[in-house]
Amino acid sequence: MNIFDRLMSIDRRWVFLFLALVCVVIYASDISVKITVTDEVRKIYNFTDNLKPGDVIFVAIDYDPNSLAELHPMTYSIVEHAWRKNLKIIFTSLSQNGPGMADLAIRQISDSLAVPQEYNGVQYPARTIVNGEDYVFLGYKPYPALVIVGMGQNFRIPFPTDYYGTPLDEHPMMRGIQNYDQVKCVIDISGTSGVDMWIAYGQTRYNFPLALGLTGVMAADYYPYLNSGQVFGIMGGMLGAAQYELLADNPGRAYDAMRVQLFAHMVIILFIVMGNVGFLMTRKRSKL
Amino acid sequence: MKRQLPLSLVFIFGVFMIIQYFVPHESSEWIFEFLLDWIYIIGIFALALGIWSLIRVSWDKIKYRKDNWQYSLVTLLGLFAMIVFGFDYLRNFQTAEGLQNFMFVHFFDYIMIPIQATMFSLLAFFIASAAYRAFRARSILASLLLIAALIVMLRFNPYFGPISPYLEKTASWLLNVPNLAAKRAIVIGVGLGIVATALKVILGIERAYLGKD
Repeated sequence: MNIFDRLMSIDRRWVFLFLALVCVVIYASDISVKITVTDEVRKIYNFTDNLKPGDVIFVAIDYDPNSLAELHPMTYSIVEHAWRKNLKIIFTSLSQNGPGMADLAIRQISDSLAVPQEYNGVQYPARTIVNGEDYVFLGYKPYPALVIVGMGQNFRIPFPTDYYGTPLDEHPMMRGIQNYDQVKCVIDISGTSGVDMWIAYGQTRYNFPLALGLTGVMAADYYPYLNSGQVFGIMGGMLGAAQYELLADNPGRAYDAMRVQLFAHMVIILFIVMGNVGFLMTRKRSKL
Repeated sequence: MKRQLPLSLVFIFGVFMIIQYFVPHESSEWIFEFLLDWIYIIGIFALALGIWSLIRVSWDKIKYRKDNWQYSLVTLLGLFAMIVFGFDYLRNFQTAEGLQNFMFVHFFDYIMIPIQATMFSLLAFFIASAAYRAFRARSILASLLLIAALIVMLRFNPYFGPISPYLEKTASWLLNVPNLAAKRAIVIGVGLGIVATALKVILGIERAYLGKD
């Protein structure tokens, strides 16, 4: 077996080991990477940033723990940004394990806001996030398409009570809020096919501004909706989350993880190149 | 009768739902909401059936000591534990208090989340190995796929110096032009397929959902 044959048939355990080593070393180092912000992420940030205090936005947390690494940072950065701007948020979750993710995010972000911070040169004092005043978490109901259509008529049809069992009418924030007409936008952070339902049954039928936060592998599938204007912004994977963090001047998990992802991609590319060099040289030799 | 009744029901409700979509009247909306409730009720029966099926299959595995029966034991323990905690130690069946139960929340936060996140993270290693084996320039089409994949992966890599902006622009073009064209064709094709299948079901041409006999 010559060197080119070896390049083509590296045992996969070496690939695993090398990738793991690179991830650990980069994570332990203090290397930082430059992130470029794309228009599709900037539009979401600008939209949220230009809303007035007291405006209501709708955030759908439609992902399970398996998409946590990519999508949780998006939730954190968007929700923290919105609460810093004194916006009110209606949360829902149309994936089975989503309510646990939303509940965890709400608890942790509320804790983070309990200390004063400075973002983009602006001082934000510490504040307490109050259920029913700053947010309402509607919870989970099966059949996303039906829930989305039902909420278009009235949030109280699929969700007479919130996740914690309180009737929606008892929340001060929900006074005068009937359906999507009273929310400024819907941001769906999703790792499921529920996105299609938000587009087909939600945006198309009720015509609200819709932005998407998607896993890296899903993002390319939804560019047609961005170009058609059905979606006004897309955050794709860890990179999208890191871009939002950068815009909000709140570098966090995604910004940190981008270092590891960048070098992991380079390792994968290195292996692909090695495999192809071996393949092309072997083919050239066999032709001679 | 056994076939005619379901076929008639599908036809009536199918045609109604099509017409309802274009009628913005209050009574039309009311009937629509009423039908939505039916779907939830049917779903609850499906849930009960699913839980019963899971218990029966797992119990049989444990009882007859089939291969990997230990996993079934863990499944059942997990299922019953979460039911007990979710109903606040079986004290509150009517309220949502169980969702704030200490054990319910901690089981989710510290067992469920790490397990699922870990399983998915392992995928990165398999993708690396699969990419190394599968991405070979065997033909012109395979080479195009390979080049496109490399450009998209490298688009925001700051270590490529002066060519970084070009990589970014090319990746953007790939996503917004060829990818968009292909995706639109697929979406339109799928949409037309869904309409055709729905019409076949409503008109009784497609009857596979009735099963045999």
